[in-house]
Amino acid sequence: MIKLTKIISVLLLGLNILTFSQLLRAELTIEITEGVQSAHKIAVVPFAAPQGEKLATDVAQIITQDLAGSGYFNVLARDEMLTYPTQAAQVKFRNWAAIGQDYLVIGFIKKDNNLYHIQMSLFDVYKKEQLKSLRITVEATALTRAAHHLSDAIFQKITGIPGIFTTRIAYVTSRVQENKQRLYNLYVADYDGSNALSIAQSKEPIMSPAWSPDGLKIAYVSFEHKVSEIFIQTLTTGERTSVAKYKGINGSPAWSPDGQQLALTLSKDGNSDIYILNIADLSLRKLTKSWAIDTEAAWSPDGKQIIFTSDRGRRPQLYMMPGNGQGLAKRVTFDGDYNARGSFSADGKTLLMVQGAQGNYRIAVLDLATRTNTVLTDGPLDESPSFAPNGQAIIYARRKGDKEILSTVTLDGQTKTDIESVTAKLREPAWAPRK
Amino acid sequence: MKLINTICALFVMAALLSGCSSNTTKDGLPDGQNTLADSGYNTIDADGTKITEINLDKNISAAEALMQTAEFSDPSSPLSRRVIYFEYDSSQVINEFIPIIEAHGHYLMANPNQRITLEGHSDERGTREYNIALAEQRAKAVYKMLQLIGVMGKQVDIVSYGEEKPVELEHNDDAYALNRRVELVYK
Repeated sequence: MIKLTKIISVLLLGLNILTFSQLLRAELTIEITEGVQSAHKIAVVPFAAPQGEKLATDVAQIITQDLAGSGYFNVLARDEMLTYPTQAAQVKFRNWAAIGQDYLVIGFIKKDNNLYHIQMSLFDVYKKEQLKSLRITVEATALTRAAHHLSDAIFQKITGIPGIFTTRIAYVTSRVQENKQRLYNLYVADYDGSNALSIAQSKEPIMSPAWSPDGLKIAYVSFEHKVSEIFIQTLTTGERTSVAKYKGINGSPAWSPDGQQLALTLSKDGNSDIYILNIADLSLRKLTKSWAIDTEAAWSPDGKQIIFTSDRGRRPQLYMMPGNGQGLAKRVTFDGDYNARGSFSADGKTLLMVQGAQGNYRIAVLDLATRTNTVLTDGPLDESPSFAPNGQAIIYARRKGDKEILSTVTLDGQTKTDIESVTAKLREPAWAPRK
Repeated sequence: MKLINTICALFVMAALLSGCSSNTTKDGLPDGQNTLADSGYNTIDADGTKITEINLDKNISAAEALMQTAEFSDPSSPLSRRVIYFEYDSSQVINEFIPIIEAHGHYLMANPNQRITLEGHSDERGTREYNIALAEQRAKAVYKMLQLIGVMGKQVDIVSYGEEKPVELEHNDDAYALNRRVELVYK
């Protein structure tokens, strides 16, 4: 019941942003570009709509898209279904076993005044048993969000891994307006780019959004005063604080795991170095003191180590050093001639980065224990990778022809989805932590 | 009545703007350069009835007027060249651009009230924040040369945009070469 209330409140919030979000949602397309064969086979039968009503939101279709894009499922096409059961009593397991399905999802939606009750059931086809039954009650505007919640429940039940379908992302857009002026926006959206809400807008560049660990704030760089400046903005209130406006570069904000500090790049003392900002009193501690470029800091999950990009060895590579400054920086990347913008997986065992080799920039992961380097993407200009909260996928920015789009790729490199806009360049995606 | 008020307001605004401009143009710019007509504030057409849209961005600043002088616009003058280009992932000034930086240095020495911004830029390859740092190094390499010539620090501002403001939108080596640059912007 607590869960239900939560969903409703989430969607009420959604209602307020609808006018903003419609603009962008209309022009965003989401496409699964590569799927997998060796995955759970699942059929998601269209849900029965309330009597006499045709819903604008196709709940089963959203679940289908969520599961197919996850890389864990091979979802049966609707026209390959022999029957369309919506209630448990109508399910004949042998029909679904005959067409090779492992799992079956059915459901129906009932309307009660302005509220929609969505009833979903998940079955194991071979065991002929119900694995999960879930009912969610929402207003019409929250049907999409509710569908994502059902996807999370299905995903977790079958894989044992938390789903990411209710998580959010932030990203930056750049578009040229009719008056030829460029306009930059910082958006917060659902994990698939839909329901986007602009939280900051400027004619000058916006860069490097970074979520606070509690998911309530975003730090970012804005050139709105023609020089770089770092802001922290609270999402719910829109309240904004300038936390760094030093002479020179103010860049690469990265939250410490406890949310108390921000690692950032300043060049006020001559060249780019990493500093640690105490958010409460804005006091600064200088972490790196090299003559070279040091930038793009990120914290280890335990808050003890800082990974950063440096060209102290001539080309950019990733280095690691204790966040308290007590110790030397050690180079950690040796594959490829360009490694930058490193970040840790949630368990601290894997590094995610942009890796350049022979002019081809791709997303790679490095297993710190085994030193295994795995390239996940094709290039040629992939950047800004960010782990999904469950660690199973990565979102990044890439070029597709003349367009700048966002893509997700599963850690096995097999399943990819694209998020693109007709009018805007999409860049710098950052996956929000799970609240 | 409303129309007249608007026209009056426009004249006042234009007067204020040109006043501001002349304060900053003591060195070099002829007085009266920023007249109403020059500054894009043509608010009344020939028969004196129609108000055209005012675009504040179209105001010709003192710096823009300076850039239209022969010294800065004649292609044979080194001051007409105000973009310094760089090699990939390098902030070392290429020899052929040194005379251009020297010419600007000498001009700034002779005009100690003149200020410029060095805008550092990079091509789109590599990560955005690294490119911010790289492009700042480029601007600082130009700044260092100006300093050696004797230009005062207070005359020069530096801002790095990294790959955020390309001049060429293509994705090939020719475009990249034109985007790896430091722009000398007179203020």
